[in-house]
Amino acid sequence: MYKRAKYKVSENIALTSSVYRMRLEGDTEWITRPGQFVNIELEGLYLRRPISICDWDEQSITIIYKVVGRGTEQMSRMAVGCELDVLTGLGNGFNADAECSETLLVGGGVGVPPLYRLAKELLERGRKVSVVLGFGTKAELFYEEEFKALGAEVYVSTVDGSAGVKGFVTDAIREHDIAFDYFYACGPMPMLKALSQSCEQSGELSFEERMGCGFGACMGCSCKTLTGNKRICKEGPVMRKEEILW
Amino acid sequence: MVNDKRDLSVELCGVKLDNPVIPASGTFGFGREHNEFYDINILGSISIKGTTREARFGNPTPRIAECRSGLINSVGLQNPGVDAVIAEELPHLREIFHKPIIANISGFSIDEYVECCQKMDAAEQVAIIEVNVSCPNVHNGGMSFGTQPEMAAEVTRAVKAVTHKPVFIKLSPNVTDIVAIARACEEAGADGICLINTLLGMRIDTMRRRAVIANKMGGFSGPAVFPVAVRMVYQVAKACNIPVMGCGGVESAADVIEMMMAGATAVQVGAANLKNPYACKEIIEALPAEMERLGIDSLRDIIGVVE
Repeated sequence: MYKRAKYKVSENIALTSSVYRMRLEGDTEWITRPGQFVNIELEGLYLRRPISICDWDEQSITIIYKVVGRGTEQMSRMAVGCELDVLTGLGNGFNADAECSETLLVGGGVGVPPLYRLAKELLERGRKVSVVLGFGTKAELFYEEEFKALGAEVYVSTVDGSAGVKGFVTDAIREHDIAFDYFYACGPMPMLKALSQSCEQSGELSFEERMGCGFGACMGCSCKTLTGNKRICKEGPVMRKEEILW
Repeated sequence: MVNDKRDLSVELCGVKLDNPVIPASGTFGFGREHNEFYDINILGSISIKGTTREARFGNPTPRIAECRSGLINSVGLQNPGVDAVIAEELPHLREIFHKPIIANISGFSIDEYVECCQKMDAAEQVAIIEVNVSCPNVHNGGMSFGTQPEMAAEVTRAVKAVTHKPVFIKLSPNVTDIVAIARACEEAGADGICLINTLLGMRIDTMRRRAVIANKMGGFSGPAVFPVAVRMVYQVAKACNIPVMGCGGVESAADVIEMMMAGATAVQVGAANLKNPYACKEIIEALPAEMERLGIDSLRDIIGVVE
């Protein structure tokens, strides 16, 4: 179940030169799983902007977004106290109850945020959590300390080698010889594909696509899978590795 | 709340609707998703997702491009096929929506239209069949059925020959003379006309120097097309003696009334359902106050009042 509600911006700070963290005060009862997303109405723009949920509590939602166009640029200029019209609790989210003991969480760029809440929930369930965060360069890095503070083992990769292992997330996994029996990932498509094809373990991956409505009505974000046609916004954004058609 | 002797009901070819507001095909699926937001029984009716003979995945993604005051979609008639719609979607829809519905049918050949319409005609909860003639005719070089009066009339005649329920032909606005096409459909036996479908549009990602949509072009809809829709509804309603369902860019009670004054007996709401899942509910709830403001007792009194 999901619903539309008004939320008040209570924080909107830059984490890097183009990535921001926004906290939205309001009802969160429709959010049930890490990896779900919100869809935000913005002034002067026809379609809402889907953004993954980084974390939530009883009164607030935390999102982390990168300025990539007019919508996110508008968001980056919002002052504390602004009110936003938001649909929450969208998408299926990750299954934190998957049977496993040692988990690997892999995030690329702005694919990192939804893994934060997931890491919390996995640690609460007594799983071992290793996190690999992949970025282009050191200046883009965010949330390394936050994941460490949760009690996760954190590894970093950067394409230019300015922080952590030089290369991609898959290079960091290999170099650190990280042990895991299940993985969760969110990031750019090439990263998801390389990761999925390079590890034997089972896992869940979160996808993105241009969306019309964000709640399953328009069929704008459909994709084919081995288990039938799915809407990224409704049956996704998270899919099991075994059902993905690359 | 305003007083409630105001009469919102309308009648389409003998089918009574509590109010004229109908979500347009393709923006409301089979009702499941919007019913998670509100009780959809408030609606006048529902035009269900466009259905074809075979299951279709539709077009590659991206299928959506944002525009100023609207969006372009190129979904490509994704649907599970007419048999699955009748076997799986209609029974579920009956559980959540207790009123007659409108079945929207597409085809790529006359045979396909005929077969789908025949099957929908037999489905009890379907009150009206809406025939989308904007698809390409595979037997005629891919030219859309709805772009030529003779072809639109041929579909109409073929479908009317096998159905008992009222048939509305849903017209494409991407034509030179909408009136000629509407009249050809009326002469071929259509019980009503629904218009407008989306306008062909395109957006370009200037950074990547390529079309935003995988199929390059798609159907443009949203509030930007409202004046085009009002104009075409007006022209067709004046030229034909069959009822018109108006569609295109409607997003408020005021828009519904304007569309009805142009000649629409019922009004479909499309793109607005995607941006605001509560759009239809809010429009219906706002209608009595808007009627009061404009001195309207019954919506039936204003249909086509504009000279």
